[in-house]
Amino acid sequence: MGQEKRSPGFYILAAFFVLFVLFLYGPLSAIFILSFQGPQGGLTFPLNGVSVRWFQNLFEQQAVGDFGASFSRSLTLGLMVMAATVVVSLLAGLAFRRRFFGATPLFYLTVASLVVPSIIVSLGIGVLFQQLGLRPAWFSSAYGAHMTWTLPFGVLIMFAVFNRFSPSYEEAARDLGANSWQTFRHVVLPMIAPSLIGVGLFGFSLSYDEFARTLMTSGSSNTLPLEIYGMTTNVTTPVLYALGTVTTVFSFLIILLTVGIIYFIGQRRSRS
Amino acid sequence: MNNLLSRATPYLQATPLLVILGFFLALPILLLLVVSFWDYDFAGMYPGFMTFNYAETLGSWVTWKTYGNTLKFAAIVWAITAFIGFWVAYFLAFHVRKASTQTVLFLVCTVPFLTSNIIRMISWIPVLGRNGLVNSALVGAGIVDQPVEWLLYSDFAVILAMVHLYTLFMVTPIFNTMMRIDKSLVEAARDGGASDWQIIWNVILPLAKPGIAIGSIFVVTLVMADFSTVQVMSGGQSASVALMMRNQMSLLQYPAAAANAVVLLVVVLSMVAGILRIVDIRKEL
Repeated sequence: MGQEKRSPGFYILAAFFVLFVLFLYGPLSAIFILSFQGPQGGLTFPLNGVSVRWFQNLFEQQAVGDFGASFSRSLTLGLMVMAATVVVSLLAGLAFRRRFFGATPLFYLTVASLVVPSIIVSLGIGVLFQQLGLRPAWFSSAYGAHMTWTLPFGVLIMFAVFNRFSPSYEEAARDLGANSWQTFRHVVLPMIAPSLIGVGLFGFSLSYDEFARTLMTSGSSNTLPLEIYGMTTNVTTPVLYALGTVTTVFSFLIILLTVGIIYFIGQRRSRS
Repeated sequence: MNNLLSRATPYLQATPLLVILGFFLALPILLLLVVSFWDYDFAGMYPGFMTFNYAETLGSWVTWKTYGNTLKFAAIVWAITAFIGFWVAYFLAFHVRKASTQTVLFLVCTVPFLTSNIIRMISWIPVLGRNGLVNSALVGAGIVDQPVEWLLYSDFAVILAMVHLYTLFMVTPIFNTMMRIDKSLVEAARDGGASDWQIIWNVILPLAKPGIAIGSIFVVTLVMADFSTVQVMSGGQSASVALMMRNQMSLLQYPAAAANAVVLLVVVLSMVAGILRIVDIRKEL
């Protein structure tokens, strides 16, 4: 097939694809460039000199509120959501491999979690905590709110993984005398490890960037997306772009790290 | 004993999911349904059963206009994302020949999905603004004398930003279904003398329908739930149902917001049910 000539349609579609990628990344690069705006520069082009002044500004309390605290809250919450999403999705994925009473309603509840508008989840949890007399906080109500968004992704990914997973590997392990824990630990787990890492990446990133679900549920302390959203209305200097650049670079590093780990596992496996 | 444990296993494994979604999804929605019948004033909410919140919501022309506006956004954004999603996925699945190139290009398309929506949204401001990149280019090239005002803080900006944010939700499921189309079907159609267009129209499009349906569910529900894009990109000049709820919430009118939430939920779930009639998503995973 490699020698086959490219049709003219290929070049049109390739051009369309390139335009699409430019559309995806173009505006982000505008923010990236503008975050290096000179000290006198404003929120728009042209660049008025080049400086890292707005990055320094990020760490001065009076300029942007408490960026460090909201960042560490978002980071902690992201890691908490990631851990819970991986474990709960894996368990649910294992459960769905067998028939059990209530499997279909539970599946539809999971899908519902994906389609219920985020602001309704936010409002509902806010009112629930109020009625229970609990104080909403980022580590309790917002934690739960984020999981209504990350769990359906995790469960559906595990669902897809186990649909393609042949039970003959486990049968072979059992024939060789492994008990069910050994079968899981030494046969199933290594095979699905890359997917689990992917679920973890989804769990962390979706939580780290979540905004609407945090709105009514984070209590008195802001997470990073709430902080940024607040800044869009009252910050008029490029420090906003500096913050955008920092969090985006952070997200890119996380993605790169994850892809690197998955690639590394694949390489090691194919060698052995 | 062992048999009993083995039979109980799936229940134990499913419990955490059920508990979390039960407490943070099902219970809050049931509570909203109850609260939507409550009375309220500036000081608090009062349990009761009155239909005033619904009468007020459904009886106001503002609500109907806002729903009209939100559905308009949903329809336009859906049409554009479906078009882009189909062709991008088609290019990746059928025109890129090396599997490794395919993976890399697909990753390039999905990476922005894992970065902040808010940052991606505000990144349009320096591009579209009065002194933004597009306007400077247009004025500089002498195409217009005055900067174009409707690029930012308009319905155009809202739709552009939504397409930017949500197209990935269309590309991914369509690409996924297209990768599972047996390439020999395409070969067979070509051997039978079908043109490229006939293959796309009669072979690929029907087989890609489930992916298009899943992508549509994502895009439609995300647009129907959106308030931040509408608020920021329209500069407060346009409204959406979720934004209306958000305003009621900031005025602490929770029962009114709850009634709105119930109506919105019914609308969104019927749209999803309509799309699900076309495709059984359990079979597609």
